[in-house]
Amino acid sequence: MATTTREKFDNIIEIKNVTKVFDGITAVDNVNLAVRRGEFVTLLGPSGCGKTTLLRMIAGFELPTSGTILLEKQDVTTVPPHLRPINTVFQKYALFPHLNVFKNIAFGLKLKRVPTGEFDKKNRPVYRKFTKDEIAEKVERVLKLVNLEAYGYRGITGLSGGQQQRVAIARAIVCEPKVLLLDEPLGALDLKMRKEMQLELAAMHKDIGITFIYVTHDQEEALTMSDKVVVMTDGAVQQYGTPKKIYDEPANAFVADFIGESNILSGVMKKDFLVEFCDTQFKCSDKGFGKDERVDLVVRPEDIAVDPKKGALKGEVVSTVFKGTYYEMEIMAAGYQFTVQNTVERAVGETVWLSIEPDGIHIMKKLKTVNEYDGEITAENTVKFCGGEFEFAGGEAFERGDEVRVSVPFDKIDLTDDEADGVIGANVTQTLYKGSYYQVQVYTDDDNDFLIDTVDEWDIGDRVGIKIDPRDLTVTRKEKEQETEPTSASAEAEEGDENAQ
Amino acid sequence: MSKNVRTGLIWAFVGVMLAVMYVPILILIIYSFTGAKALGVWSGFSLELYADLFTNESVLNAFKNSFILAFVSAALATVLGTTAAVGIYHMRRWKKNAANFVANITMENAEIVTGVTFMMFFLAMRLPYGWTTLIIAHTMITVPYVILSVTPRLSQLNPNLYEAGLDLGASPMRSMFTVVVPQLIPGMISGFVMAFALSLDDFIVSKFVNGSVETIPVYLYNALAKRGADPTLRALSSVLFVAVLAVLIALNVVSVRHKKKVAKISG
Repeated sequence: MATTTREKFDNIIEIKNVTKVFDGITAVDNVNLAVRRGEFVTLLGPSGCGKTTLLRMIAGFELPTSGTILLEKQDVTTVPPHLRPINTVFQKYALFPHLNVFKNIAFGLKLKRVPTGEFDKKNRPVYRKFTKDEIAEKVERVLKLVNLEAYGYRGITGLSGGQQQRVAIARAIVCEPKVLLLDEPLGALDLKMRKEMQLELAAMHKDIGITFIYVTHDQEEALTMSDKVVVMTDGAVQQYGTPKKIYDEPANAFVADFIGESNILSGVMKKDFLVEFCDTQFKCSDKGFGKDERVDLVVRPEDIAVDPKKGALKGEVVSTVFKGTYYEMEIMAAGYQFTVQNTVERAVGETVWLSIEPDGIHIMKKLKTVNEYDGEITAENTVKFCGGEFEFAGGEAFERGDEVRVSVPFDKIDLTDDEADGVIGANVTQTLYKGSYYQVQVYTDDDNDFLIDTVDEWDIGDRVGIKIDPRDLTVTRKEKEQETEPTSASAEAEEGDENAQ
Repeated sequence: MSKNVRTGLIWAFVGVMLAVMYVPILILIIYSFTGAKALGVWSGFSLELYADLFTNESVLNAFKNSFILAFVSAALATVLGTTAAVGIYHMRRWKKNAANFVANITMENAEIVTGVTFMMFFLAMRLPYGWTTLIIAHTMITVPYVILSVTPRLSQLNPNLYEAGLDLGASPMRSMFTVVVPQLIPGMISGFVMAFALSLDDFIVSKFVNGSVETIPVYLYNALAKRGADPTLRALSSVLFVAVLAVLIALNVVSVRHKKKVAKISG
């Protein structure tokens, strides 16, 4: 997790160890984040990753279950939204339908109090409301900024989506917030409008210099507009960095898959600057991994060179599609289907050679190499974890009630179509194609996740059952898990990824 | 059967249904414009009965009572019903169902049971029958109708509207009144009108808790019981019928207009 908690003065927002749990479901999981004054930061992730919940906590609409939110070093965690100098542009604008454009925008200004510069007897600053003229002037100015000068006295319901969007932005920025929050503000617009608004928003951000925190699930939008991108999944920050850094050096397979087209493979680090995948060794530009450490790696489709005669990997063209300025080809090589983008087309069925420059290969730490859980022995050869009772092949004698550590390799878990066929039920939350197999992530009802390597394709949102062969479960005593020998028949189960290659 | 015959039969059926429903009241209205003592005798057109009616102290008093009662109880029901609708709308699943169920009981319950219940309740509370008991009872029986007409407005609302108010610096109270309530006004108006009409023509519940206060339906019943079919009652019934009908037509016209407006906006 990329956490930034630099103690710099110009951090306008600091989020420290913030967790939000709804009805036992963790929506935001111990997030740390610092946003610098004036930046355009985008929270990016698939729906349900916690990005909107995080935004709503910054706005004050949700209280964190734990953790603190600082605004200019002041703890605002429990400050109600109407007292925060933060404004929001909502997903469906939430304009007030009973007010015209002018009155919508003036709504916040009428409530705002500004110091007069004078002090009362007790030396407290005296506040006053804006005058009618001041309000009119500010509204006119902001209408001009969003290109709606002539629209002040129009009703809201007669406006197009794009115009409503502009009014929503104007209504928020006219209050001169310290931070502007935008919750998927372009989601309801058509493609052309969205592209235009993206540019306008970026320009507006430059103009007014307010810090923007923007939520979206559209990676292209995030990369185009932001200074920094926060990639989130499962309520946790996966990576925080500039768009370029996130694209060129994704922190893990999830980020690589989510950002742009990519080929994600499993490999082994032979030594610094040398990685092996597809039974071939490649020079790379990464170091600092252990010898023979299993890694994920990403190769962008534009970084693969195709030659009819020479290269590192021999492959065959499976399909080709013209994409306007380049051809996108699927090329089968060493059991993996590579996506390749090139300006020269190769015919389907043609044999080609692929090569990759060292800086075209980006190595990432594997997120997890085995599924591990805490469990409890409930009967002879039965262990309870993740809300289900699983049988395991006995060996060492356990007592009922013993606390144990249970582990099972990714490729030793069976998913069943019918939830009732499995020991416990789970929902598929993520699937990642790894060339020759899928890595599927499922969440159980008690919020534990399993990673499963499988050749079957599952859809996100599928309800599945989880079944594990008793021989593939490794159960170890908890208090001395290092010394205890695994009791499972397949002692080398921890190396489970091997079989999936 | 040919298509014409079938259509004919359908219309005949509809005609019979409408006749059964409306011919009696139509006859009553027609005969309210003649002075004859017995119903069914036409002694020439005259507004005699209406003149009698509107010079009769106790009738005028009953009219006044009915309208005051309808106005006060409908106003109270609108406030209570709107508040309840907002509260219920934001409840979670099972609580919401439970609250809706409880709110609808007075609507689905046999009116006579509701009436007896109120009578016994006020007796137990040692509350003398009269204006207070009438207003309480009428408010309670009309609240569900206000909830029913406000809830659809709530579900059409943008869920972030209230939060947008807070976000722009309005306190929770202020956001509620300046942002949410204005959106509910059409629902509140139709709820008020419905409550007004229901209160105006309620007899059963009123009869149990009215004490010495006579509303039009109660006066009508008492007059019938005391003096038999007094011809002025024909005029009185007609006035009551037309009054309630007028209110309901007004309500429909308002809601049709509103629907057209909505259709125009979304179209």
